[in-house]
Amino acid sequence: MNDLSLHLLDIVQNSITAGATLITILLDEQPGDDRLTLSISDNGRGMTAEQVQKVTDPYFTSRTTRKVGLGIPLFKQSAEASGGHLDIQSTTGEGTTTTAVFGYSHLDRLPLGNMANAVMLLVSSNPVIDFVYTYRYNEGEYVFDTREVKEALEGVPVNEPQIIKYLEEMISENMQAVKS
Amino acid sequence: MNKIKSLNDLRKIKQDVEQKMDLREKSDNPDRYVQIKVAMATCGIAAGAREVMNTLIEKIAQDKIDAVVTQTGCMGYCHAEPTVEVRKPGAEPVVFGHVDREKALAIIDKYIKTGELLEGIIPVNYQTA
Repeated sequence: MNDLSLHLLDIVQNSITAGATLITILLDEQPGDDRLTLSISDNGRGMTAEQVQKVTDPYFTSRTTRKVGLGIPLFKQSAEASGGHLDIQSTTGEGTTTTAVFGYSHLDRLPLGNMANAVMLLVSSNPVIDFVYTYRYNEGEYVFDTREVKEALEGVPVNEPQIIKYLEEMISENMQAVKS
Repeated sequence: MNKIKSLNDLRKIKQDVEQKMDLREKSDNPDRYVQIKVAMATCGIAAGAREVMNTLIEKIAQDKIDAVVTQTGCMGYCHAEPTVEVRKPGAEPVVFGHVDREKALAIIDKYIKTGELLEGIIPVNYQTA
């Protein structure tokens, strides 16, 4: 994985597979504290304590199509390479929160990549799932909530090709505004 | 035109888009449009599925093709990622392997528009008979 937005695309697939209907993403940049946090929470079926323990093992997967599962181990590796760590909290029947903390200024900390595009791809390709994406930079904050977006669109689907590009633009513009 | 930033901007755009197009109510009639699924598991993403997906979305918007692009997980063809499954109305799904930007465009221009098959079909799912 070359950047954090690719990790995001990857980890959210776990939430989707877990049957989540609401996925909350937090990207928190705190250069002053030398910390960057990327956290993904869902209301999917959750995992048992035993599964949580095994999930960072590349040879553990819930799938039957293949024998390895690299999403979480790679995410953990990226976090640790920057002096950070990965934490997973999960409750069966309630959901899972996966949080990766990165050393902000560490040379091996992956760049953000195109986060607005990643969020747009997730939203448009999973129209029945709701997403809340929060971007923080220092004190600034922007929240993109698909429940509000869907209301504003009044029945025009979020995966309508003419609409999709505007969603990305909206996220991207607001992220830039928060950062500047 | 100004950049879209607020929900109000989005409402305005929505009205614009609504007027220009004839709404297809896609979610209610999945049999009437082409369904394109891009495999976006770890293997697919690492192989470049995101660029493929962006290309497909842009091309569909540009050419006004009656199609939706969604994601799917790993189908076990990790060796052939990025993979794209295309299901045309009334037809069996076809899975294309090793898709890049160029091939994504060819899938739309050739397979979706004219029905012409391309090289690189993963034969497991595909029967010619």
